[in-house]
Amino acid sequence: MAIDPKLEADLKSQGVHVTSFEQLINWGRSSSLWPLQFGLACCAIEMIAATMAKYDMARFGAEVFRPSPRQADLMIVAGTVTKKMAPQVVRLYNQMAEPKYVIAMGACAISGGPFKDGYNVLKGIDRFIPVDVMIPGCPPRPAALLEGLMTLRDKIAREKLIGRHRARHADPEGAAEVPVPEFGAHDLEPTANREIWNPPVVVREAGGEA
Amino acid sequence: MSAETVIERLREALPDAGVSLRKNPGPSCQHSLLVNAASLLDVCNVLRDTLAFDLLSNVTGVDWPDAAKADAVALPAEGEGTSSAGGFLEVLYHLYSTSRREGPLVLRARTVDREKQNQIPSVVAVYRSAEFQEREIFDLYGVEFTGHPDLRRILMWDEFEDHPMRKDYVAPDDYDYEPTPHDAVLEKARAHYPAAP
Amino acid sequence: MISDPSMFSSSPTLEPGADDDQLLRVSLGPQHPSTHGVFRMNVVLDGETVVSLKPVFGYLHRNHEKIAENATYLSSMPYTDRLDYICPLSNNWAYAHAVEKLAGIEVPERAEFMRVITAELTRLINHTAFMGFILGDMGAWGSALMYAFREREKILDVFEDLTGARMMANFMRFGGCRNDLPAGWAAKVSVLIDGYGPFLDEMEKLLIGNEILLGRTQDVGALPKEVLINGGITGPMLRAAGVNYDIRKVEPYGIYERFEFRIPLGEKGDCYDRIMIRFLEMRESLKILRQAIDQLPEGDFIHPKAKIRNFKPPVGEAYARIEGPKGELGFHLISDGTTNPYRYRVRPPSFINLTLLEDMCLGLDLADVVIILGSIDIVLGEVDR
Repeated sequence: MAIDPKLEADLKSQGVHVTSFEQLINWGRSSSLWPLQFGLACCAIEMIAATMAKYDMARFGAEVFRPSPRQADLMIVAGTVTKKMAPQVVRLYNQMAEPKYVIAMGACAISGGPFKDGYNVLKGIDRFIPVDVMIPGCPPRPAALLEGLMTLRDKIAREKLIGRHRARHADPEGAAEVPVPEFGAHDLEPTANREIWNPPVVVREAGGEA
Repeated sequence: MSAETVIERLREALPDAGVSLRKNPGPSCQHSLLVNAASLLDVCNVLRDTLAFDLLSNVTGVDWPDAAKADAVALPAEGEGTSSAGGFLEVLYHLYSTSRREGPLVLRARTVDREKQNQIPSVVAVYRSAEFQEREIFDLYGVEFTGHPDLRRILMWDEFEDHPMRKDYVAPDDYDYEPTPHDAVLEKARAHYPAAP
Repeated sequence: MISDPSMFSSSPTLEPGADDDQLLRVSLGPQHPSTHGVFRMNVVLDGETVVSLKPVFGYLHRNHEKIAENATYLSSMPYTDRLDYICPLSNNWAYAHAVEKLAGIEVPERAEFMRVITAELTRLINHTAFMGFILGDMGAWGSALMYAFREREKILDVFEDLTGARMMANFMRFGGCRNDLPAGWAAKVSVLIDGYGPFLDEMEKLLIGNEILLGRTQDVGALPKEVLINGGITGPMLRAAGVNYDIRKVEPYGIYERFEFRIPLGEKGDCYDRIMIRFLEMRESLKILRQAIDQLPEGDFIHPKAKIRNFKPPVGEAYARIEGPKGELGFHLISDGTTNPYRYRVRPPSFINLTLLEDMCLGLDLADVVIILGSIDIVLGEVDR
């Protein structure tokens, strides 16, 4: 809900600060995201470097990395998600309480990355859990992770808490848990969560150039 | 101690063990000893206790569906027959001696075929370092190591049924979406395209 | 005699039994702050004492070896960066070394010096990060890591100047390196190594007398030398137990014979020795770096006839190993004369160093398990490949 900027400036000059509940709550939430301590592979090292003195994620409020998913509200999936690890990632996601956000950091978490032809590699964590921000790179520099974090903060700041287009966590009917995949004989079952993963259907002529 | 010296000492100690020298045609000149799977444990005991090869550094599994290729890499000596045409699985061992600072000594052991007769004795009783590496070869290639204390899958999940590193393994088709496919990936992706309207 | 299988004490997989209700099964991992990645241990406890410990691998199994069979030799080079992702440049060297052995390629002198310099800088970052991580495991969460990463960033800046990337350098080629040193790089490294000695002094002063460190690491996790060699343990873990086996001296590769450096050895092989030996190794690395920077010659950075496109090594096989910061990193390659390797095998030091994890932990407390795992210094990219 936007306040009329002229009115806001007018009142501010008289020492009265006007805001809406939405702005206030979103500001509080985005300024103190607590990530889950969850590094899978190489991107985890850059994530750790982003929390260290040179890049310092603490100034964004995201310093406190909680080991337990019950206490975290941001899951930075940093590294390749293998099919063996995928059910655990989904279970961790389910254990986080709403509101929760997911950043897919690195090419592997977005789409499988350089290991895309692997038989044990899940081709993107967005097949099973909804992802808010994707940070490309292999590995993305710590500064890129900070940019991704700032993008997420902007996204949270724009969230609506009431109305038809409200955020998932503001909707009491909204599903907070996603189904956990099982280990099959040759692959995970199901291979993707069709309610979340809907790749664009590309119509290409058969036999023509791709 | 070169491979030739080792093979002489082995033949003295174990005259019945089927050990033969296989030459390596490449520039690395790392020749190997092909050991009969049945005498593998005896050979390892002699190597460790008498010849002081105490460090088993590496255990590699290889899939040879085409036995002729295996002979091209590890040349049989004259007079020795070529390998059976059916294809087999092979396990290579790289041994080092910490006291004499020598190595690598390369041993090869082969299964009879790639289906039911895929057993090789486990050397864990002699070299503990083979424990996890043999489990990995069991998981990815399907070689059954008889005598291994805990032979189960190590890298893939337990319900998995294939042996992915074999040459004839087909990975499950879970691509769905490829933004700019070409060549082999395009062929695979075409299966997912909707029928032309 | 070690040939008796019942002598090594790995307990069989425990099934639920009659007297089982007093034991507590804990699954440590795969998401755990102290498991250095996605590593899982199924621990069975009697009170606080470990009765059985079964590691579970595979959570980061990224099919590196299968991908390499379908790719050319050179295109596997970036994947070697991602094996032991804290030391990418030494993985590159190990792979380049193996291919050069397979195909009989020679490396010019300047390239060898560049390789030694980058490898020893990588050893510095690995051991510094190790120090940070193990102190985090002991409870000094983040404090030592801040110092470690501060120094690490300085070395990563130098790597970025040289290779274009902080971590995944992809720098070695078969026959040399990818590009020559940029102007002024050697001077920068010289300043860096001069400043590293005081940093190590500061860290040692803070750590050596630390009561908690001494209490938690002394006499924890030691095993006899013969058991370690039989278990395939290599690297600082083996030297901490007093075995003088460093591949740079035993089977010198590159130009390590030209440098004067010693191999620090421990006495007991417990966690304390493993931590302190890495400090001493860092000092030896600084010595090697100083000599290498001073003696750096002019010349080619890659063999002039090195073949980049359509590289087909002759039929044969080769196994080559280097002394990586974590242990013996080896590559076993089988070539069938085509552009793709027939078999590409990584001999992962972290994976094989974990063989004796259970033996080291039996009878100790759960808290010691974390310290012992930290002192083995594993990286899951290498364990699972």
